[in-house]
Amino acid sequence: MSAKALDKTPFLMTAPGVIFFIMLLGVPMLMTFLLSLHSYDFTTGIQPDWTISNYIEVLGDPYFHKIFGRTFGLALLVTVICVLIGVPEAYVLAHLPNPWRSVFLLVVLGPLLISVVVRTLGWALFFGGKGVLTMIASGLGFGEEPVSLMFTFTGMTIALVHVLVPFMVISVWASLQKIDPQSEDAALTLGASKLTVLYRITLPQVMPGILSGSIIVFALTASAFATPAIIGGRRMKVVATAAYDEYLSTLNWPLGAAIAVILLVVNIVIIVSYNKLVERRFAKVFE
Amino acid sequence: MSFLTLESLNKEFGDFTAVRDMNLTIEQGEFISLLGPSGCGKTTTLQMIAGLLPPTRGKILLDGKDITKTPPNKRGLGIVFQSYALFPHMTATENVAFGLEMRGVAKVERMDRARVALDQVKLGQFAHRYPKEMSGGQRQRVALARALVIEPPVLLLDEPLSNLDAKLREEMRIELRLLQQDIGVTTILVTHDQEEALSMSDRIVVMKDGDMAQIAAPLDLYERPLNTFVSDFVGKTNLIKARAAAGSQGQSVVIVDGHADTLTQNLTLALPGEALIEGESVTLSIRPEKFLMSKEGPGHKVEVQASIFMGASWLYRVNSPMGELFVTQPNTGAAGYAKGDTAYLSWPDDAVMLFSEAA
Amino acid sequence: MRRLGPIALCFHALFVAFILAPLLMVVAVSFTDKGYLSLPTDGLSLRWFRAILDNPDFIDAFWVSVWLALVSATIAVIIAVPASLAIARKKFPGREVIAAFLLSPLMIPHLVLGVAFLQFYSKIGLGGSFYGLLAAHVILITPYALRLALASATGLPREAEDAALTLGASRFTVFRRITLPLILPGVAGGWLLSFITSFDELTMSVFVASPATQTLPVRMYHHITQTIDPLIASVSTVLIVLTFGVMLILDRFYGLDKIFVGKG
Ligand SMILES: Nc1ncnc2c1ncn2[C@@H]1O[C@H](COP(=O)(O)OP(=O)(O)OP(=O)(O)O)[C@@H](O)[C@H]1O
Ligand SMILES: [Mg+2]
Repeated sequence: MSAKALDKTPFLMTAPGVIFFIMLLGVPMLMTFLLSLHSYDFTTGIQPDWTISNYIEVLGDPYFHKIFGRTFGLALLVTVICVLIGVPEAYVLAHLPNPWRSVFLLVVLGPLLISVVVRTLGWALFFGGKGVLTMIASGLGFGEEPVSLMFTFTGMTIALVHVLVPFMVISVWASLQKIDPQSEDAALTLGASKLTVLYRITLPQVMPGILSGSIIVFALTASAFATPAIIGGRRMKVVATAAYDEYLSTLNWPLGAAIAVILLVVNIVIIVSYNKLVERRFAKVFE
Repeated sequence: MSFLTLESLNKEFGDFTAVRDMNLTIEQGEFISLLGPSGCGKTTTLQMIAGLLPPTRGKILLDGKDITKTPPNKRGLGIVFQSYALFPHMTATENVAFGLEMRGVAKVERMDRARVALDQVKLGQFAHRYPKEMSGGQRQRVALARALVIEPPVLLLDEPLSNLDAKLREEMRIELRLLQQDIGVTTILVTHDQEEALSMSDRIVVMKDGDMAQIAAPLDLYERPLNTFVSDFVGKTNLIKARAAAGSQGQSVVIVDGHADTLTQNLTLALPGEALIEGESVTLSIRPEKFLMSKEGPGHKVEVQASIFMGASWLYRVNSPMGELFVTQPNTGAAGYAKGDTAYLSWPDDAVMLFSEAA
Repeated sequence: MRRLGPIALCFHALFVAFILAPLLMVVAVSFTDKGYLSLPTDGLSLRWFRAILDNPDFIDAFWVSVWLALVSATIAVIIAVPASLAIARKKFPGREVIAAFLLSPLMIPHLVLGVAFLQFYSKIGLGGSFYGLLAAHVILITPYALRLALASATGLPREAEDAALTLGASRFTVFRRITLPLILPGVAGGWLLSFITSFDELTMSVFVASPATQTLPVRMYHHITQTIDPLIASVSTVLIVLTFGVMLILDRFYGLDKIFVGKG
C-alpha cells in the first residue's frame, strides 16, 4: 500500500454543516459561557469583569437550590411514572393483533408530532378552576369548591408524563421488536410460568430499551419549558422557567447564562455517564 | 403400547387447514422425522406437541395420558427451536440451568448438571460465554444441552441444523444421532432436508399441504414410495408420463409416447404387477442410480447431453426414448461419457416404480 | 400464541384514554357556542373557528411558522445529505468528531440554545430578524435530518454503486441514478420530521422571535399565558387536524416507530 494524499472529498462534503455549526452554534455557545463569567449591575448592566460569582450565587442560594431540587425531583418522578406505565403499554402494543397494533401505535406516537403547547393546553383545560376536574368532583358530590391542579407539582407531573411517555413506549417497543419470541416459548417449555417468563426472560431483554427511554425522558423533563411554564407558572418555577425569567423579566443575563450553562453541563454529564454505564453493562449481551 | 400418540390432530387458522387428521404412534426411544416442503405444517405439528399451539381438534397422548390441554410449562418436553431461542442475557451455563431452576433444583446441583450437559455436547470451555459470543454451531449445541438437561421424555427438534454450514451439518447429524441413541430419548425431528431425514431417522413422516403422504422407514420410503410426490421429494428421480395398455395377468404394460425430438416410435414396457385399465394415465419413476449405462448395449440407445463429475459419481443428462433422463453412474476411475457420446441404457425390472396418476 | 388478558386490555384502554383525553378536550372546547370556556353541552358551534379569521396575528404567525419550517427543513437536508454520505461511507480523520458535532444540538436543551442565540443575535444586530430565527432553526433540526439520512446511507449497498461504475456510469450518474434514489426515502422522512420539529418548536423560538417574527407556537404560548379562551382551543384544533394529516403521511411512507426510535 502506498501512502496516498489525504482525500479531501469527505471534508468538502461535511464542510457546509461544520462551518455553519461553528459560526452559529459554537460561537453563540461560547459567548453564553463567557457571559456567565461577568457580573451584572441593575443600574449599569453587564460589567466587564471576570468572575464566577454567578455560579456561586446559583449553587449557593437556597432559592435556586429549591428550583434545581424541584426540577430534578420532577424529572425523576416523571421518569419513574413513565417506566411504570410506558413499559406495560409497549408490551401490550407488541402483543396486539395486527390491525389494532398499527392503529394504537399511531395513537400513542402521533401526539409526539403535535405541538407541546397544544398538548399542555389540553391539560390546562382539565386543571383550570372552572375545568373538568371541578365538574367531575361536583358531579361525584365532592361539593362545589373548584378543584384545580393549575400551578401545582401534581399538575406538572401529569402533563409532563403525558408529553413524554411516548418516548418511553417507543424505546421499549424497539427493544421488544428485537426479542426472539421463541426465547419466550423456550422458557415456557422449560417449565417457567407466564409470570416467570415475563420477569426472567422478557424484562431483562428490554432493559436496554427501558434505560435509554429513561434517559430521554429524564433529560427532556429536566430541561422542559412549555409545560412547566403553562401549568406551573410563576409559582412552580423550574430551571428552564427560572432562566427565562432572568433573561426576559429581570434582565440579569449573566445569571441566566450561568443557569443555562449548569443545566447544559448536568444534562450532558447525566446522558454521557448513563450511556457509558449501559454500554458497559450490555456490551457482551446485546448487539 | 405406544409412547406418544397423535390422534386425528387438526390445526386450522381461520379457514386454512395447516395440519389435517394427523394420526401417528411413536414408540419409546424412536427417532421420527417430519419431512416435507416449506409450509406443509411441520412446525405447526411440533408446536402442538410442545403445547405452544392449541390443536383445533384431536388428541395428544404421552405415555397413556392425555396431554392435549396441558400447558407447555407442565409438559416437560425438550425443544430445540429453529432459531435456537437462547436467552441472550444469560451465559451458556445459565441457559442450560434455567429449566432445572424451574424444577426447583438447588443452585449447586443445577450448575453441576448444566456443566455436565455442556460437556456432553463438547462445550465445556464455553460455559461462561454469552450466546452472542458463540458461533452458530456452538449455539445450536447449547440449545440441545438446554433441552436435554431436564431429561425430557420426548425431544422435539425444529430444523436444528438448517442454520449450519454444510460440513458442520453433516458432522452434527452423526453426533446428534449417536447422542440420541446413547440417551435413548424419543425424538421428533422437523426438517425439509430429505438427506437429513434419511440418515437420522428410524421412521419418516412425509407431509404435504398438511396431510401425511407416507410413513415408513428410510429404506422403505426410498425404495417404495407410495406416490409420485414422495418419490420426487425423497431422493432424486426421473418421472415419466405414460399410458396403460392391455396386459396379461401379473403384468402391466405401459406405453411411453414418442417424444418428437428423441424418438420416432412409441416405447412399450412390460412391468411386473397388476394389469392396468387400458388408457389410464400413469407415471413411471426411475431413480438415476438404478440405470446401467454401457457403450455397447444391451438397452435403449441414448445420447449424452451433459456430463458432470461429482466426485464419487458421474451425473449425466441424456436424451432417451422416454425423453430427457438423469442418470447417475459410480465413478470407477475411468473417464466418463462426454457430451455427444452415444450409449445404451438398461435397468432391472424392479427399478421402475409405477404410479397410477399423472405426474 | 400469547394472548393478552383482560387486565392488560383494561390497562391499555386507560392508557389510550390518558393519551387522547387532553386532545379530545381541546377539540371539544373549540366547538362551544359560549363566549367562555365550556364544553359544547347545548349544541356545536363554529363561532370560534370563524373567530380565528378575525385574529390575523394567529394567521400571520401560522404563515411565519410554515415558511420557517419549509426553508429550514430544506436547508437542513441540503447540509445533511452530503455530510451523511461522507460520514457513513468514507473513513477520514475527525469523522467521529464531526458526526458528534453535527448531532450535538440533540443533547443541548432548547432553552440553552435559545439564550445563546438571544445574546449572539443582539450582539451582531440580527435580533428579532427572520434570518436569525431561520439559522437557529436550521441548527436545531439538522441533527434530525442527519440521523435519518445517516441511517439510509449506512444501509446503502456499496456493491450496487460499484456495479453501476463497472457498467460504465460516471460518478455523477452513479450518484443521480443509484445513490440518490436509494437514500431518498430516508431524506424525505428526515425533511418531514425536520419540518414538524421546526413547526412545533417553542422553547428556543420564544427567545429569538420578535413580535414581527412570532411563530405560531410562540404566539399561542403568549396568548395562553394571558388568557385561556375557546379561541386558543379552536386554533389548536386546526393544528391537531393538520398534524394528523402529516402523521398519516409519515407513517405511510416511513413508519412512525422507525422515525422516533432514539429521538431526543
Ligand atoms: N399463526 C398462523 N396464522 C395463519 N397461518 C399460519 C400460522 N402459522 C402457520 N400458518 C400457516 O400454516 C402452514 C404451515 O406452517 P408451518 O410453520 O407449520 O410450516 P413448516 O412446514 O414448518 O414450513 P417451514 O419448512 O417453512 O418452516 C403455512 O402455510 C403457514 O402459512
Ligand atoms: Mg417450520
